Amino acid sequence: MSESDKEVKELIKREYEHGFVTEIESETFEPGLNEDVIRRLSAKKNEPEWMLEWRLQAYKVWQEMEDPEWAHVNFPKIDYNDIAYYSAPKSKDDGPKSLDEVDPELLKTYEKLGIPLHERARLAGVAVDAVFDSVSVTTTFKDKLTEAGVIFCPISEAVHKHPELIKKYLGSVVPQKDNYYAALNSAVFSDGSFVYIPKGVRCPLELSTYFRINEAKTGQFERTLIIAEERSHVSYLEGCTAPMRDENQLHAAVVELVAMDDAEIKYSTVQNWYPGDEEGRGGIYNFVTKRGACIGKNSKISWTQVETGSAITWKYPSCVLRGEGSVGEFYSVALTNNAQQADTGTKMIHIGKNTKSTIISKGISAGKSDSSYRGLVKIAPTAESSRNYTQCDSLLIGDKCGAHTFPYIENKNKSAIVEHEATTSKVSDDQLFLCQQRGIDAEQAVSMIVNGFCKEVFKELPMEFAVEATKLLEVSLEGSVG
Amino acid sequence: MLDIKDLQASVEEKQILKGLNLEVKLGEVHAIMGPNGSGKSTLSQVLAGNQAYEVNGGTVTFNGQDLLDMSIEDRAREGVFLAFQYPVEIPGVSNLQFLRTAINNIRQHRGEGEINAAEFMKQAKAKIQQVNLDPSFLKRGVNEGFSGGEKKRNEIMQMLMLEPSLAILDETDSGLDIDALRVVADGVNALRSPDRAVVMVTHYQRLLDYIVPDYVHVLAGGKIIKSGGKELALELEEKGYGWLGLEDNAESEA
Repeated sequence: MSESDKEVKELIKREYEHGFVTEIESETFEPGLNEDVIRRLSAKKNEPEWMLEWRLQAYKVWQEMEDPEWAHVNFPKIDYNDIAYYSAPKSKDDGPKSLDEVDPELLKTYEKLGIPLHERARLAGVAVDAVFDSVSVTTTFKDKLTEAGVIFCPISEAVHKHPELIKKYLGSVVPQKDNYYAALNSAVFSDGSFVYIPKGVRCPLELSTYFRINEAKTGQFERTLIIAEERSHVSYLEGCTAPMRDENQLHAAVVELVAMDDAEIKYSTVQNWYPGDEEGRGGIYNFVTKRGACIGKNSKISWTQVETGSAITWKYPSCVLRGEGSVGEFYSVALTNNAQQADTGTKMIHIGKNTKSTIISKGISAGKSDSSYRGLVKIAPTAESSRNYTQCDSLLIGDKCGAHTFPYIENKNKSAIVEHEATTSKVSDDQLFLCQQRGIDAEQAVSMIVNGFCKEVFKELPMEFAVEATKLLEVSLEGSVG
Repeated sequence: MLDIKDLQASVEEKQILKGLNLEVKLGEVHAIMGPNGSGKSTLSQVLAGNQAYEVNGGTVTFNGQDLLDMSIEDRAREGVFLAFQYPVEIPGVSNLQFLRTAINNIRQHRGEGEINAAEFMKQAKAKIQQVNLDPSFLKRGVNEGFSGGEKKRNEIMQMLMLEPSLAILDETDSGLDIDALRVVADGVNALRSPDRAVVMVTHYQRLLDYIVPDYVHVLAGGKIIKSGGKELALELEEKGYGWLGLEDNAESEA
């Protein structure tokens, strides 16, 4: 074994940083899914009758659907009766009223994850909603946001406090029957964030949700809904981690964004769910439906994602560009290492006149992983003078990994312009040799080269996230040089 | 500082170096000349540690250490610099970031702290101008979209920043116009000092008009077959490699 091989072996053994389990007493449903489970879940959250009805309807829809098999990923069939659909840390009464009532173990967990929830230690300029398994633990900076008229709360709370908004918009972008996982989520969603930005308000803070799966054998089904009224602006960040376990865990989330006239929503994700070990044991199945509707004129929705975790990622943050002159953007870095699989991309649906979309996708495959870009650009007959630009680059590290590109273009309007560019490259021995010859070791060199490759996407991320994303790539790439 | 004894090396099972001997002392500039296929580039690649080449005999001692036993990056950190014949591009990684990472690695190896950001910028700006490149090149990706001449100048710029104790130039002069050749030569001459050494591998005598070597060696068939002073290069220029009974297949290189 050469020296570099030995180093690689040692590095691979390095553990997933967020893989710890919080020892906390929790109330968890027995695994299994049926109408009764949904009723109990709804009752746990004291939901009004209409919410329960909505869930039951979704459950019916889901039962009639088949799980999708078109994605370029392989995994054994999921037994949905082997998953628990609700788990929450036990608390004195309905939920903590203030941070003092939050279990100190939970606060420690978030501190360990680098998300301090205490007033004095909070991240400057970022309001955080911390979701632990099926419930929201706390939301920071509530007062400051209320002052600006911004609503930022757990979606379970919004069901009670803002039923008219939930009734109007929940499922308006991603309908219950949209796809198998979205239907499942609609039936059993546990918690998530709700954001409402009133007319003309520029949200004074970055909003952020931190999702944490803790309990074994549970699924996480969060639901996020963001509504940006006319001329408003919001930047929302999402982060996720989970403990290391040998079994796979399911995460099936739904995110819906609604942008009115001249509103702008920027949605950034740094996804670092546990990816499984080097043999592919364990890890999160990340099957997520994210979609934004640009309803208003000149509205804009921008998705930026850095996907480094999960055993399997199945995710296509999309934009429906309905409003005239609306803009959709998708910037993505998806990195797979070891035995990870990713099938990710976007859909840009142009309906309104003069709508524009930009897709920049960077796929990095290392180890024996497989990464696919799947994208749809659809120009409706009504989308006069619309434009799309797609750039799709793949970078391979080593010779056991794979990269695939599946672009679909449907153009039904002659005045529209659709451009697609794609490249595949390898981190070459010559590049590594040049770096090493200048004193930079192979690990550092690969991480530098990959960061260079992702530059166009990283510059779209909010500052704090860009730094985190760079670090995350370094960790995820460890052991990829062989 | 550099002592090569009976060096033998092969690439893809073809034996290229067949017992090469060379001694380089501090302060000296050596030119290695020879026809194509003689092993000139192999010598520079082997010294830098390119793993595509297999060393199957001989020793190389660098400042008392076994050079062949050192990793590529450690050789670089100890002061070995190779100016590449065909510099590769690293898209998206700026020259500045690349150089700073390199310098900090070298400094760390020496037990020094990271370079001061302002000091680094000052040096980088001065050195990029020294090789006649616009300062905007500092922010561009390493060699990304550079012309052949710009890449070579960038190599020299890196050399000036890293201040190696042993600079190896692998046919840096090939494909350069006279202006670029001067820039390269000025760069190397600026680096010349009693505590450094330079090994220039070149096919043509032309470069030696600008960088006057202390010694000239003729490499053929994987060995050094003749050594002399700078006048040897002129003799070669005049009489061609045929004079030494060697076949010059320079045409096939183009």
